[in-house]
Amino acid sequence: MLLFKDLTTANLTPQTRQLDNGRIVCLSGASGSGKSLLLRALADLDAHEGEVFLDVTLQSATPAHLWRQWVRLVPAESQWWSDSVRDHFAESPDPADLNALLLPDTALEWPVSRLSSGEKQRLALLRAISTAPRALLLDEPTANLDQTARLAVEDWLIMKIRANDWPTLWVAHDEDQIQRVADQHWQLESGQLIELEPA
Amino acid sequence: MDLIEISYFDLGLAGLLVILLAAVSWWARLGIGHRLLIAAARTIIQLSLIALVLEALFAADGFFWIALMATVMVLIAGREVASRQERRFIRGQSFAIGTLSIFLSGFSVTVFALLVIIGPDPWYSPQYAIPLLGMMLGNTMTGVAVSLDRLTQSAWDHRAVIENRLMLGETWQSAIGHLRRDAMRSGMIPTINAMATAGIVSLPGMMTGQILSGTTPALAVRYQILIMLAIAVGTGFGTMAGVLIASRNLFDGRQRLRLDRLQTPNGSKW
Repeated sequence: MLLFKDLTTANLTPQTRQLDNGRIVCLSGASGSGKSLLLRALADLDAHEGEVFLDVTLQSATPAHLWRQWVRLVPAESQWWSDSVRDHFAESPDPADLNALLLPDTALEWPVSRLSSGEKQRLALLRAISTAPRALLLDEPTANLDQTARLAVEDWLIMKIRANDWPTLWVAHDEDQIQRVADQHWQLESGQLIELEPA
Repeated sequence: MDLIEISYFDLGLAGLLVILLAAVSWWARLGIGHRLLIAAARTIIQLSLIALVLEALFAADGFFWIALMATVMVLIAGREVASRQERRFIRGQSFAIGTLSIFLSGFSVTVFALLVIIGPDPWYSPQYAIPLLGMMLGNTMTGVAVSLDRLTQSAWDHRAVIENRLMLGETWQSAIGHLRRDAMRSGMIPTINAMATAGIVSLPGMMTGQILSGTTPALAVRYQILIMLAIAVGTGFGTMAGVLIASRNLFDGRQRLRLDRLQTPNGSKW
């Protein structure tokens, strides 16, 4: 369970909410409303007011790198700093995961320079979950994908989130996607989180 | 062996050659004549002034005056480091980091060379201390300035990569590690190259000067080796200190990348 109390960022008035284990909360809102800033505050990448808890662990009492190993933020634009895809993975991922993301077993051997934006996005998701996080913060995880890949990624993410019991905050714009994946739906509007009916 | 005197008339002849070069460049419309003349004039004026300062210092020969001179030199070198930054740290921190790095390395290696290796009497004898310190500070300053500039600029350019690595749970040292190595290398390469080619491609200036003034080549070479090793050590530790302090300063206590601690280019001089 990921919980925040009176969380305040540059464009968020104090908000208190809870993300339950294994459940997906979709977050929507106009661009510039502060969705990414909320995710960054939860991962402790920006200075912010208020407390964040992972189960009983307090964010400010945890070494920052350890917190980010647990509360895993996957940005909309993934970054790749080495030449080969494999260099970015500590351990080889399960080929079943690669195939579920519509990637061949050999994708690990690809040079980063030949990746399309969609391949980057799928590999970034795989990279993000390969080091045992305990909560997921996904910033538009399917933005660069065509419909087939989008559905495959959604199915794979839902399967992983349920299996690992990760509390998940998922930034999404597409109403249809929110219908498909959300257990809960928050809308961020003028600094407030508003609870919407998911269906 | 006495050194052949160079008169002002002799210097005038050399100056005439510079004016000739400026005239040719003006005639060929290559447009460096103006800057060349100003730089030549600065050389003449600055070096003449420093001759006066050194003569006074040699005559006074007191620890206080030499210490004062050394302090001023370290501060000017630190200021020069700050002024060579494209993206300076806010609130004069670049000046502080530069001065501290230069003091820790260039200054202490000079004192070590004077006290332990050369051992003039007294150890702060200006004939040895001031030229040695000048060479050490000049080189250390360049190394620190180049590496800091490289570090802050590349951190700015690769912000997204650093933050993505932080998101994956890396520590700040690991997230900026490749940029730190890069900055360290760019600060040290000129010194390493100078050592690698010394005596083959170029004859180092100090050695040449000593040979001109009558020192035997064998002794001049030993002084030159000492100086180059000292410069390598000073530049290395200075660059290392600068890169370590500056990279730490790019992150806060929660290991967040804090580029708001850098000024945008063309900000104020400090």
